[in-house]
Amino acid sequence: MNIMTEQSLENAVGDKMNAKSNEVIKMRGDKVGVFYGDKQALFDVNLDVRQNQVTALIGPSGCGKSTFLRCLNRMNDTIDSARVTGKITLDDEDIYDKNIDVVELRARVGMVFQKPNPFPKSIYENVAYGPRIHGLAKRKADMDQIVEQSLKKAAIWNEVKDRLQEPGTGLSGGQQQRLCIARAIAVSPEVILMDEPCSALDPIATARVEELIDELRQNYTIVIVTHSMQQAARVSQRTAMFHLGYLVEEGATDKMFTNPDDKRTQDYITGRFG
Amino acid sequence: MTDIPMDTMVRVAAHPRRDIGLKARYAAERRFRIYGMLAISVGLAFLAIMLIAIVSKGYTAFWQTTISVPITFDEKVIDPSNKRAIDPTVLIKANYPKLAEKALVAKLGINPDDKPTILKLKGLLSEGVRVQLRDIVAADPSVIGTTRNVNILAAANLDSAFKGQIDLGVEEARRKVSDQQIAWMNKLKADGAMAERFNTGLFSYGASSRPETSGMGVAIIGSFYMMVIVLVLALPIGVAASIYLEEFAKKNRFTDLIEVNINNLAAVPSIVFGLLGLAVFINFLGMPRSAAFVGGLVLTLMTLPTIIIATRAALAAVPPSIRSAALGLGASKMQMVFQHILPLAAPGILTGTIIGLARALGETAPLLLIGMVAFVADYPKSPFDPATALPVQIYMWANEAERAFVERMSGAIIILLVFLMAMNVTAIVLRRRFERRW
Repeated sequence: MNIMTEQSLENAVGDKMNAKSNEVIKMRGDKVGVFYGDKQALFDVNLDVRQNQVTALIGPSGCGKSTFLRCLNRMNDTIDSARVTGKITLDDEDIYDKNIDVVELRARVGMVFQKPNPFPKSIYENVAYGPRIHGLAKRKADMDQIVEQSLKKAAIWNEVKDRLQEPGTGLSGGQQQRLCIARAIAVSPEVILMDEPCSALDPIATARVEELIDELRQNYTIVIVTHSMQQAARVSQRTAMFHLGYLVEEGATDKMFTNPDDKRTQDYITGRFG
Repeated sequence: MTDIPMDTMVRVAAHPRRDIGLKARYAAERRFRIYGMLAISVGLAFLAIMLIAIVSKGYTAFWQTTISVPITFDEKVIDPSNKRAIDPTVLIKANYPKLAEKALVAKLGINPDDKPTILKLKGLLSEGVRVQLRDIVAADPSVIGTTRNVNILAAANLDSAFKGQIDLGVEEARRKVSDQQIAWMNKLKADGAMAERFNTGLFSYGASSRPETSGMGVAIIGSFYMMVIVLVLALPIGVAASIYLEEFAKKNRFTDLIEVNINNLAAVPSIVFGLLGLAVFINFLGMPRSAAFVGGLVLTLMTLPTIIIATRAALAAVPPSIRSAALGLGASKMQMVFQHILPLAAPGILTGTIIGLARALGETAPLLLIGMVAFVADYPKSPFDPATALPVQIYMWANEAERAFVERMSGAIIILLVFLMAMNVTAIVLRRRFERRW
């Protein structure tokens, strides 16, 4: 476990060296504020999400990091009282613009949740659902291809290839979470949002998912909310620290964990609060 | 560790025990268990008494005394002037009881000219014999002039006497069957001519003033029509309303008001729904009285709140993670509801619907008000024809005085209870079968 963790840290550092050249801003938050009714949960957040990088959002409970994450694919729309101010862009397009359809946005910005939440259907159906509703596969063979590719990318193909028709809810927690990742990948999103994807998993399953996140970075842009500082350090290239609804500090992960500018970041990552 | 001598071990002084009221707590729990068991026993005892009372009174309704005699379809009796070829009403109007009477006279060896005795003999026969024999002739006119064995219905009083429900110790004048009739009954019984047979008439006959020819046929058809109407109307409307209120409608004061009203409607006495049906469907919209269609509409109104409440509870019980998963994949709200939420809520919806239907099946009061308490002898051909319903039939039989109606009422209750139990078992089986765990 330890060895692997160090390896992925090394990888992360190595990648950062050559990442500088193609730093494209995939998503940008500009003075993002969120209100739940009269209560303001997020204040003037300016944050960039870079393409093919993992951006980690850290901070103590209730600091607004999940709220910000849910703004990126407008999941906050499902809460009646929620209201978002400011501007969030995806490829320089305002995602809260009237011309942007929320369904299309969510097909471009996928999401993996805190608790593994496979549909109570077969493993195959879980993965095939997204492509089916978006009409991505014309024939059965195309769908089989998408399902297989997605499960392979989510590093779970070998474990489930012989039981695709069994219910997804029958898998172990870690397998369920990778199935959910496969399900998100199946619609070929550009960005994948992960809301504490490992918090319900044991350390071994966590390690597998982290490994997977690092691989997925090649093809996708990833934003991950995590409570584990080690996890942020292991998987991310950029880290953003939230506190009480404000973005405290944002920067390259290695700098954030070695030489943060803000005292609150320093205190949080060294475990003095949170 | 074991090498260490005992005396070097430090003995910890026993911690002083505090009185934390354990005894009283356990006693309270024991008392509560006893109260619970007492309550359940009392409930079970009453249930048992009720079932025993109904079954012991009602099981005989499923048997009917008949007399098996060779009946000669005498042309002289049926069609004395031989006009049936030109006047078909002859076969309908013919004196069929005379045939049965003659057969019995022959069977019992009575002098055919002894008028007073023959009058007493008529008391053995049901008036239903007329219809019974007429139907045989109508089905096959070639039977005229031949002889065949027919199981003719015995009169209700003789039926009761044969089943041992009439106290023969009472003096003859105050009893509904005479000593002479009892003697004939015993003779026929010894011959094997008189016997109890399964009472199919209980399920097929319509209303009748004579117990032996009255049955629940019309009521079963009426109830069936109403259940179909309730299912076809209440299920889609109720489920659609619940989905809209639970998933799509904005939560504001107006929808709160609607919710409160739906909950209140579920508690409105059913007779009020009957009055509403009378005022709106019959008086205002001019729909026919006593029709199963109107009954079905009234029961639909009554069942809707039950279905809506059950459906909303089932929809709300679907975990939010499934909603997030579907929305996060880019499913539209409609797709989320119909492809994920509704299938998961289906067992709860089905259970609620069946329980609502069962309640509607047993409902009497609203049907009385829209005129379904009626004397309907013919099967309703459509839901717009006059009909009755199972519980209404029970109510009507309960108003009759004869012993044979009491037994039929209990029999009808047994049948209704069997229907209700079947529906509830279906609900339980469906819930077990489709319930998903996540």
